Amino acid sequence: MTMRVDLPDETLAGVLAKAFGNRSFLIGFAITLLVAAVALLSFVWTPYDVTKLVIADKTEAPSVAHWFGTDHFGRDILSMIMVGARNSIAVALVAVGIGMGVGVPLGAFAAARGGIADEALMRVNDLVFAFPALLSAIMITAIFGPGAVNAIIAIGIFNIPVFARVARAGALAIWPREFILAARAAGKGMTEITVEHILPNIATLLLVQGTIQFALGILAEAGLSYVGLGAQPPMPSWGRMLFDAQTRMVTAPWMAIFPGMAIVITVLGLNLLGDGIADILDPKSRRQR
Amino acid sequence: MTAYLAKRLIIAAVTLVLASMVVFAVMEILPGDPARLMLGFNASADQVELLRNQMGLNAPLVLRYLHWAGGLLSLDFGRSYTYSVPVVDLVRERVVVSLPLALIALALSTVIAIPVGVFSAGRQGRAGDTLAMGAAQLGVAVPNFWFALMLIYLFAVWLRLVPAGGFPGWNAGVWPALKSLLLPAVALALPQAAILARVARSALIEVLNEDYIRTARAKGLPYSAVLWRHALRNAMIPVLTILGLQFAFLLAGTIIIENVFYLPGLGRLVFQAITQRDLIVVESVVMLLVAAVIAVNLLVDFSYAVVDPRLRGRQ
Repeated sequence: MTMRVDLPDETLAGVLAKAFGNRSFLIGFAITLLVAAVALLSFVWTPYDVTKLVIADKTEAPSVAHWFGTDHFGRDILSMIMVGARNSIAVALVAVGIGMGVGVPLGAFAAARGGIADEALMRVNDLVFAFPALLSAIMITAIFGPGAVNAIIAIGIFNIPVFARVARAGALAIWPREFILAARAAGKGMTEITVEHILPNIATLLLVQGTIQFALGILAEAGLSYVGLGAQPPMPSWGRMLFDAQTRMVTAPWMAIFPGMAIVITVLGLNLLGDGIADILDPKSRRQR
Repeated sequence: MTAYLAKRLIIAAVTLVLASMVVFAVMEILPGDPARLMLGFNASADQVELLRNQMGLNAPLVLRYLHWAGGLLSLDFGRSYTYSVPVVDLVRERVVVSLPLALIALALSTVIAIPVGVFSAGRQGRAGDTLAMGAAQLGVAVPNFWFALMLIYLFAVWLRLVPAGGFPGWNAGVWPALKSLLLPAVALALPQAAILARVARSALIEVLNEDYIRTARAKGLPYSAVLWRHALRNAMIPVLTILGLQFAFLLAGTIIIENVFYLPGLGRLVFQAITQRDLIVVESVVMLLVAAVIAVNLLVDFSYAVVDPRLRGRQ
């Protein structure tokens, strides 16, 4: 049996009612859904073929035919943004998966065991945090070569200590509680208690952190692609589009404006979603974020 | 207090040593032979072997590490493979660009964020707060390099107020040099300020619910005095923590921003060094940045003790 003492009045209907009354959540959810839908749509349809170079149409300003204009190869910016969404979402999502998959067990274990295991984990955390994440991502991609997969690994590695820290802090707050004591008295082991009681109670924290890291992952991926270490051409990526735009700011500013707005809107949506979830599931955090 | 500071100091030292081992190990597994790189691909195997011996590349791993780490401590970073000058000279030239840039950005971010945070916390839930936090929410979502491009477009291409990139050097005068750091600093600072303002606001709001705030109000202190003097001081811990983290972020952020603005800073140096496989430069710059981050975090830990007297008694 799972106990969720943090949310005594939690029923699905109650949560849904709160969700529909929460502005952050609604806007964030709508934006996130839109971005995901656009990414999925790009698999079956884009206004133009992003792999086809039409030099005759190069760097055309936004028009009815090309809403967001075209790039220096005559490719449709809107179509590239649509396809680029796939790349951003995939990289950030897998990176969050890596961070959660490794970080949460580590953090939960450290909290459960305490002592040397805990101290060791915290020191390793300090160590990873000492490396500015972007710098390390650049180093990692420099070692293993640029590309979407290595970008995922680089971003994922730096999600690990973040999730470990959140899971540990959350678990530490739950362990001294009475229902845990009861579970221990009932003869449950450390692993059992962690899986059955600790994890469900820190799921909210992890979910909120997950959306934050998702958003950060999209920013990081854009940064890596921008310096040429993320997804490689011809695969369109938002960061790479900004790199191509950089030297053409005077003649074709739309090449920079629209992909950047795509990043901003996506990250904004995810952050709002995270704030909304935190508000809905944890009333204590309301008005404090 | 002493025990607390001593513990933080030891942790910082251990982290630094571990970090140096990580950096060294990473560089060891990087492909590419520095000796081969220096001599070019026409050199014979014997020549390469000779140079490897001269450079100490054939010594055992542990010895090489100790040699390298010992060098770092005496500011002897070795010689760049591609520039053939001591790395410390390269670093010295670049650090005078990157460090002022990061510091200006940090100062800008703080100067913007704290008043916004105080303003918002004081008007919690009202229109001004909603507007400010909406702007902050947007600011957090903006990638600094894209923001930089937009700033270039607006201020350098359209209005022609500042140069679009490049750095004249401090010898050209303080003002021209500062002017070329201005846009990059703003580009770095604003997204960070957005994060900091949110943290400051939520920390303040938490503090404002405390009993001693009510007492301060009850004894007739004006709200602004309570906010700035009592609440802000008590909200400093999370703010300082984020400031420390942001310094690391700003240092890393300079790598990308320097590339946007063609600034000859550490970030650009490390990036060029990576593409040229100039490992010793990469190692040194990364180590320097990591040391800076650890030092700043140590400072933050120390400042906790200054800000929060309760910590002085604690381990």
